[in-house]
Amino acid sequence: MRYLPLTEPDRQAMLARIGAGSIDDLFIDVPEEARREGLVDLPTRQGELEVERLLGAMAAKNTPAGSVPFFVGGGAYKHHVPATVDHLIQRSEFLTAYTPYQPEISQGTLQYLFEFQTQVAMLTGMDVANASMYDGSTACGEAVLMAHRITRKKKAVLSGSLHPHYRAVVENLSDFAGYEIDPGAPVIDGTEDIIARIDDETSCVVVQNPDFFGNVRDLRAIADAAHAKKALLIVAFTEVVSLGLVTPPGEMGADIVVGEGQSIGNALNFGGPYVGLFAAKQKYVRQMPGRLCGETVDAEGKRGFVLTLSTREQHIRREKATSNICTNSGLCCLAFTIHLSLLGEEGFGRLARINHANAVKLADQLDALDGVEIVTPTFFNEFTIRTPKNARDLIDEMADKGVLAGVRVSRLWPGEDNLDDLVAVASTEINTDADRAAFASALKEVLS
Amino acid sequence: MSTVKFTEDHEWVLVEGDVATIGITNYAQEQLGDVVFVELPEVGREVAKGDEAAVVESVKAASEVYAPITGEIVEINGALDETPAKVNEDAQGAGWFVKMKLSDTSELEELMDEAAYNTFTAGLD
Amino acid sequence: MSGMNNQGRPTGVGELGEAGRKTFTGNRGLAQEELLIFERDSGACGVDLDEPDVFDDRLGGNRRKGSVGLPGLSEPDVMRHYVRLSQKNYAIDAGLYPLGSCTMKHNPRLNEKIARLPGFADVHPLQPTKTAQGALELIELVAHWLKVLTGMPAVAMSPKAGAHGELCGMMAIHAALEARGEGDTRTRVLVPESAHGTNPATAALLGYTVDSIPATEDGRVDVEAFKAKLGPDVAAIMLTNPNTCGLFEKDIKEIADALHDVGGYFYCDGANFNAIVGRVRPGDLGVDAMHINLHKTFSTPHGGGGPGAGPVVLSEALGPFAPLPWVIERNGRLKFADVPEQVEEVGGSTFGRMTAFHGQMGMFVRAAAYMLSHGSDGLRQAAEDAVLSANYVLASLKDTMSAPFEGPCMHEALFDDAFLKDTGVETLDFAKAMIDEGYHPMTMYFPLVVHGAMLVEPTESESKDSLDLFINTLADLAKSAKEGDVERFSGAPYLAPMRRLDETQAARKPVLTWSPPAPAQAAE
Repeated sequence: MRYLPLTEPDRQAMLARIGAGSIDDLFIDVPEEARREGLVDLPTRQGELEVERLLGAMAAKNTPAGSVPFFVGGGAYKHHVPATVDHLIQRSEFLTAYTPYQPEISQGTLQYLFEFQTQVAMLTGMDVANASMYDGSTACGEAVLMAHRITRKKKAVLSGSLHPHYRAVVENLSDFAGYEIDPGAPVIDGTEDIIARIDDETSCVVVQNPDFFGNVRDLRAIADAAHAKKALLIVAFTEVVSLGLVTPPGEMGADIVVGEGQSIGNALNFGGPYVGLFAAKQKYVRQMPGRLCGETVDAEGKRGFVLTLSTREQHIRREKATSNICTNSGLCCLAFTIHLSLLGEEGFGRLARINHANAVKLADQLDALDGVEIVTPTFFNEFTIRTPKNARDLIDEMADKGVLAGVRVSRLWPGEDNLDDLVAVASTEINTDADRAAFASALKEVLS
Repeated sequence: MSTVKFTEDHEWVLVEGDVATIGITNYAQEQLGDVVFVELPEVGREVAKGDEAAVVESVKAASEVYAPITGEIVEINGALDETPAKVNEDAQGAGWFVKMKLSDTSELEELMDEAAYNTFTAGLD
Repeated sequence: MSGMNNQGRPTGVGELGEAGRKTFTGNRGLAQEELLIFERDSGACGVDLDEPDVFDDRLGGNRRKGSVGLPGLSEPDVMRHYVRLSQKNYAIDAGLYPLGSCTMKHNPRLNEKIARLPGFADVHPLQPTKTAQGALELIELVAHWLKVLTGMPAVAMSPKAGAHGELCGMMAIHAALEARGEGDTRTRVLVPESAHGTNPATAALLGYTVDSIPATEDGRVDVEAFKAKLGPDVAAIMLTNPNTCGLFEKDIKEIADALHDVGGYFYCDGANFNAIVGRVRPGDLGVDAMHINLHKTFSTPHGGGGPGAGPVVLSEALGPFAPLPWVIERNGRLKFADVPEQVEEVGGSTFGRMTAFHGQMGMFVRAAAYMLSHGSDGLRQAAEDAVLSANYVLASLKDTMSAPFEGPCMHEALFDDAFLKDTGVETLDFAKAMIDEGYHPMTMYFPLVVHGAMLVEPTESESKDSLDLFINTLADLAKSAKEGDVERFSGAPYLAPMRRLDETQAARKPVLTWSPPAPAQAAE
């Protein structure tokens, strides 16, 4: 087998040195009834050719986003990733490296993590960022737990317009740990009054900006209201490119910022792996979950980087750790940081403006169609439309016409009847005039 | 009159009147290595003997420090925030952790005096 | 000459390494110095994007003012920056990683090629499932292989890494206990002293009290001590098998039966599955839930710290509580049940959602390519070769070094620091000297049950020549230590891109982001 270097003569020589008659002798501790003599019921080995054929056929059954006019968002976004990124992350020294616990031979990884942390802090307008979480939703859950540790209170007040998967993750963690949630109800036009729900029991307020439907808001008043009740403001985002054009949460009074970094450097990958961004104010750094990379010097006085503040983590603190996270999203961070380095200040701002311009163009074209209403007065690159048709049928029929039109809002809020005519539509830099025309014309046909 | 007492968990207690200053011993700081951070309790907190009162962190380990006596925290050593190294440099002086108002002086009788503590640590190695 | 205190903290500045020759650039041949990307800001741009025409925005007045602060570089400069960084890293493709419990096996590039097919990489998690049937089939394929290999009837695919999988398994156990009306009374989880830190951390996160089980002299769970701790308030045990000492828990069936008798559940940490895959099924050992690290046993790359994936196989009792989403079949098509009501329709009672979307699809594809390539026979052979290699290392070194437990071991060999007694060399120094020889150190100081532990897991990916060189190197290092050549160890590594780093300073005065230097004083 091509991945196994040992030959039969090797095995015999090794058994001889060990003093074992056969490999079975090395498995003597396995209870007799659990020993399997034969192979399990699965296909036997295959060469590259067969494996490519089999899995290629499976892949061919899926419609890649790049092959049709594509407008699906809802927490993951199709962007163009420069060729340099994918090439670099496949370098052996990045792809097949271990966690950088031996810093002397891991400076490549450690330096890019330090750069990543700095980039995330800059984008979010916060003091410090960690070396990533699994994704935006789990980062959000961890942020709520962190807020409870800091405030010693137990109730999280969530915006009703927070991505339902993020809310579900927070609810899941809170149920098991015995914390309380006030989940809120979805408000589609950005006029949600969350301040009225903040009280003395509140540990943290979680707001997504832009929210699930697309609305962009000034969160300063919410920050002030939370702080007045000794609660923390946690701001979440699902589209990191928005930070190139929208006021960052750090400038609006956020205490902790979490979000999804997938849009930069990382493919859609049907939901994972993604990269969770996590940033906070300096004073909360020791309560942060996840790995942290810090600057130091070596024995020759040269600048270098190491994982630090490790005593917060599971491998040292065990049951008193700030989180149980171990493996995070290393290679996805690298893809993020390389892409952002290519974009730079000029490119990142421009990318954000192109995204917004494309969304505005599309929104205006759709708004002009009979029966179509844009329900989000503000948005970045994703807005929500209401039509006279049921959204499930609309998306289905649009797909049959070759347009992947967006996310059916009621898929994420089942049982809320007043949302079942809504579709969240995303438009990034990948959309062309032809795509927009195809969308508008297909939508017109479907609604007639 | 002030007296210094020691615990088997390597804490020292310096009693002056009804206030006790508490820290970890020189033996403890040697075992821990470079101290990087000390998490201290809030002033005003009531602790019972045996409660976790502080956490001392080195690069590779975090150790709980248990209250050797019952009482109320009346002062904490703010200097440790900026310079945790004081715990290594002068564990039984400038590296003190907290001052407590004693509620039960009889608890001191259960602790070791300096000679007994030195015998105890000699036996550990 | 630089000195080191006993935490490996440098106490002075040393001479320039072995070559001692200064250069103008600070580079040394192919070993290039590289600044931070922020210090390489040239104001250039590495992408070509057209500025859109001016238009009225829809941001409600929330437009970002001021700059982000990002540096600008051209594409060639970005390429050079990251290529130079990569050259400072050790990697499996470059050499052996003897890291116990990490299973640093070869990462096949076929995995990468398949994962990048547009039909897998360029598919959105929320696009209509009729346009992603192949993706759902792939998830089912991996799920099927995991179930058959482990002999378990159900699997939760969504956990994002091993620790996340542990959380999933323990949540399923908690949900099952709640459903039995015992959620409040069963508050204790038993965890061996030798367990990986994620185990007690996970239990504590869920509000359980962690009760430690001691090990016996032969490195296994003390069954009598374990039984003495059983009671109606025990929710579960979290056991690793093979355990973190590299040994198979012989009494595992007895442990499982005793636990089930008091109504508790058996969580198995599957980090060491590589030792038994294809030869032993955890389902036959009484396991109720086990996470599998796809980045260990199933060759998905470590990537410098992730991404991983931690699907969890579940027993009949726990399967119904699996987290969202479930893959179900409806009218001949695969789809997701991604809300609780849809799971109830198929008879389940999910405990909720652990992550957005569906799980680490990119890692499933890679694992699928690996599983199909090896097949049932290849995987079995891989486990056998892994166990053979570890035993070869143990047999070859147990007299020169010191091993706390008599063999045979499973896929990892445990040594302790007894052989270094009175040499002035600690486990840490020994490990750092391995770096100069071109090896990444083995797992150190873990498990905690052995003093100065060194846990070596060669995996099945090493040739006999590679193993022999490794063995001979460790033997040479052991000999050196015993002969008193302390300097070889105390200042090591001497030849790596960096010398030992000051971790104390990094923790006392954390600097976690780059800041621009203060502006220079005005000239007089």
